[in-house]
Amino acid sequence: MPIIDAVLDDFFWRALIGGLGVALVAGPLGCFVVWRRMAYFGDTLAHSALLGIALSFLISVPLNLGVIITCVILAMALVLLSRTKTLATDTLLGILAHSALAIGLVTLSFMPDVRVDLTGLLFGDLLAMSREDLLWIYGGAALILVLLAVLWRGLLMSTIHEELARVEGVAVERLRLVLMLMFSLVIAVAMKIVGVLLITALLIIPAATARRLAHNPEIMVAMAVAFGFVAVSGGLSLSWHLDTPAGPSVVVTAFAVFLLVYGTAGKVRT
Amino acid sequence: MTDALVSLENLTVRLDERPVVDRVNLKIHRGDIITIIGPNGAGKTTLIKALLGIQKVSAGRVSVEKNLVIGYVPQHLTLEATLPLSVKRFMLLSGRALSECESALARTGVGHLLHASVHHLSGGEKQRLLLARALARKPDLLVLDEPAQGVDINGQASLYDLIRQLRDDLNCGVIMISHDLHLVMAATDKVICLNQHVCCSGYPADISHDPAFIETFGRPVAESLAVYHHHHNHSHDLHGDVVDGNSQNASSGHGGHTECSHAHH
Repeated sequence: MPIIDAVLDDFFWRALIGGLGVALVAGPLGCFVVWRRMAYFGDTLAHSALLGIALSFLISVPLNLGVIITCVILAMALVLLSRTKTLATDTLLGILAHSALAIGLVTLSFMPDVRVDLTGLLFGDLLAMSREDLLWIYGGAALILVLLAVLWRGLLMSTIHEELARVEGVAVERLRLVLMLMFSLVIAVAMKIVGVLLITALLIIPAATARRLAHNPEIMVAMAVAFGFVAVSGGLSLSWHLDTPAGPSVVVTAFAVFLLVYGTAGKVRT
Repeated sequence: MTDALVSLENLTVRLDERPVVDRVNLKIHRGDIITIIGPNGAGKTTLIKALLGIQKVSAGRVSVEKNLVIGYVPQHLTLEATLPLSVKRFMLLSGRALSECESALARTGVGHLLHASVHHLSGGEKQRLLLARALARKPDLLVLDEPAQGVDINGQASLYDLIRQLRDDLNCGVIMISHDLHLVMAATDKVICLNQHVCCSGYPADISHDPAFIETFGRPVAESLAVYHHHHNHSHDLHGDVVDGNSQNASSGHGGHTECSHAHH
């Protein structure tokens, strides 16, 4: 249709539509990051995305696919390594997060023929959203939302009390794995908008903002999505009008909403 | 007697090659209330977890009746502060209908808290909520890990009373861990004293006379529970292993209780 074509021809609208798609899944997944104390884990996965990009160039596979596969492998490695308990989890995450980022940057520097916009990768780029990216985002979002809807009770139960969930027949380990895969997917698609370094912010700030107002898990998720929409549309508009980098603008908007809600809302709802 | 709901045969759990639960045999039938007592680190929780199927078993067997519904009441419900949750929502996560959830809450005496936040409940209310959660599943077997933790002394007595009533209502088996020796003695059918292996087991009135019990809990505790004592037949070293004690008393050491799984010296 000509109208849709006209909209999708405009880089700003592409970025906005893509960003809203990301916020749609960043809301629920961000809630799980907050509930399960996985903020540092999310950071580690996000940093490994840069390594994924470098590897994609190296073996010439599509960027999104390379990022997803790298994130998945790292997530599995993390799960296995954290079981050995020789290093505290935060130490382990710190090592892997920064090593993955550093290895990614070093690998990219070895490939002078490959022209990548490093700033765009690290901090997001308003201009980088292609039509193909939109397909990835909405395909990924649809998959994640369906998985979340089907697995919701088990995911929530294993977050509330893992052993109780296991006794009640919830496949806790399998769900943890599915959650990791969903994180990897959302990181791969969110990278274009907010950049590798700021993805975790898009996950946790709207969720933390929603916590202040919500009194049950599902409402918190819905509110996190709404605050994510506000952050993305506000941030991208800011970026467009003031020519600021896309990722930081989105995060600044999210943070402003966070301050506003925590400043004005009365007593903390529990 | 009907078949056992759960039977443990030589159940052994080793963590880092150290036996935490050592060759435990146990059968739980409908209507039983079995209480596991024992010092810290005796493997009580590990035993329960093996029975629940959430702890890997190193040797032996756990056989569970087909389609057994287990109601599990864990030691704590520690909710992440970032996770908003109402009592109603928590109950509904059991997958049971609202009416069943409401009647389970009423049965454990916390029906008025339906719309309260789980974060605002007291220790005793949380335990009753967890019990209601287990109850809503209409369990054949109720497994409780220190159900009276964080509950004041009057609350404890009424909680154990409630567990007995629930056993009668549901005709289910009950197995629980407890530290509240006096209350356990009054409210249970059978006591198992665990210290890696089953030190002694039997009826509450008998077990407080048992030398292994006295050995495990010390004479003052045992004497406060019983009017007389006699000699013990084995001692425990620091690892909880049985070392040869007063072997000449072995024949007179155990009387009155029903079974004893450790080796007689």
